[in-house]
Amino acid sequence: MNATRPPTFFDRVVAATPDGERLSQCLQCGTCGGSCPSAADMDYTPRELFAMTMAGLEEEVLASNTPWFCVSCYACTVRCPQEIPITDLMYTFKQMAIEAKRFEHRSTADWSESFVGFVEQRGRSFELGLATRYHLFHHPAQVFKMGALGLNMLRHNRLALRPKSIRGIEQLRAILDRAKVLAEKEAWR
Amino acid sequence: MTTSSYVYYPGCALQHRSHAYEVSNQAVAKALGIELVELDDWNCCGATEYFSVKRLPAYALVARNLALAAQAGTEELVVPCSACFLNLHKTDSHMRQHPRLEQAVNEALEAGDLHYKPGSVRVRHLVEVIINDIGFERLGQLVRRPLYGLKLAAYYGCLIVRPDNVLDDVEQPMLLDRMIEALGAEAAPFSMKTACCGGHMTQISETTALEMIHRLVTNASVSEADAMVTICPMCQLNLDVYQDAANRMFETSYTMPVLFFTQVIGLALGLSLEALGFGQEFVSVEPLIEKIRDVPPARSKPERRPKQALPMPAMPQ
Repeated sequence: MNATRPPTFFDRVVAATPDGERLSQCLQCGTCGGSCPSAADMDYTPRELFAMTMAGLEEEVLASNTPWFCVSCYACTVRCPQEIPITDLMYTFKQMAIEAKRFEHRSTADWSESFVGFVEQRGRSFELGLATRYHLFHHPAQVFKMGALGLNMLRHNRLALRPKSIRGIEQLRAILDRAKVLAEKEAWR
Repeated sequence: MTTSSYVYYPGCALQHRSHAYEVSNQAVAKALGIELVELDDWNCCGATEYFSVKRLPAYALVARNLALAAQAGTEELVVPCSACFLNLHKTDSHMRQHPRLEQAVNEALEAGDLHYKPGSVRVRHLVEVIINDIGFERLGQLVRRPLYGLKLAAYYGCLIVRPDNVLDDVEQPMLLDRMIEALGAEAAPFSMKTACCGGHMTQISETTALEMIHRLVTNASVSEADAMVTICPMCQLNLDVYQDAANRMFETSYTMPVLFFTQVIGLALGLSLEALGFGQEFVSVEPLIEKIRDVPPARSKPERRPKQALPMPAMPQ
């Protein structure tokens, strides 16, 4: 191996993921896709995505909808005979797609980013704000349908109208800001 | 009765959306002689969303809670939500396994004058605390109103048995089934007990989620369950609130009640519906309550194969 070559896509994916080096041991057995509850909606199964990663198809991997349909249930991870941290690799692909500003799955990424926004603002999640913002921006046609469900949730006393904040929000923000600076330097992101 | 006290991390869902879970947890804990003391000024665990955006800040977000728990002098943190449980447990074990990550997370925590030594706080799910620290035998002794006549599907959901496999078997956990039996009910042979409920998919791709919800409710119904028992607020929300939408999509008419495990324990302990937070659920539990009998029903014996030889294959007529 040439020590001076720039890191490949595969190298970057491995470095960004705890225990990511196990990916090189993938047998292409397909247990991951077979165990996945949402595989039917994915354009590539996780197995295919890993073969593409090894082949260096960065564009295609980051444009794939596969990581965005991952529900983080870890069924693949516990069944993988090579103990590859598949769910964590899906997180890595999502982080890389957001960073590379890939807009193929903008609305799904936006759901995650809005959630993060509310947490950074208050220290707690705020469902009503999150769902309203998301559906108004991305699925305005569905607003009435979702609004009806929201009202039903309110009727059952299952939605908070106002967000809650933690007392140590300044402390939390300082921690997150430092972590973001460190993430720039670290391969962990 | 001696009271043992635990530091408790309720998580955002229990604040409002699944407040019934919080109400029943506190009521049952009191009846069992356990005190659940809320961790002061805890923050959100980030669910699955924070890890999708940034990894190191996500670990730091979770680690603040672990550091606060350690600072409060506890060695155990009890969590009723499976997603919070997974994030807290995963952050602790990843920090232990990866020294470089541990260093980076602690460097971030320093900005808030906090520090966390991985391994110093043991993260435990509430269901495991009740089953292991109270035990089936003691639980059985405390039962005032046995749940005779009910057949319940133990739904563990995905995150509690994975990925570190700390609670029970990954594919076929039995703890909750045994708890159901200890309360006088019958555990339904529910084969999708660790399948995923769809998580946040109800919001970003509804059909994906509704298909998963439909599969679970159908499977529970096939196992002749009268209700499903969950240990996670997300699972309860999806199966209960979206059951109607799944019914419409698949032209079915299920009315499967979905209860939190502490609500089931509470019923057997003789606590009132109000004390257990009932009323927030979309699918009514009234028919279920009416099914409870005073005497244990005769269990139908499982059918055995006839003693003669296996039937020979025959040509179609």
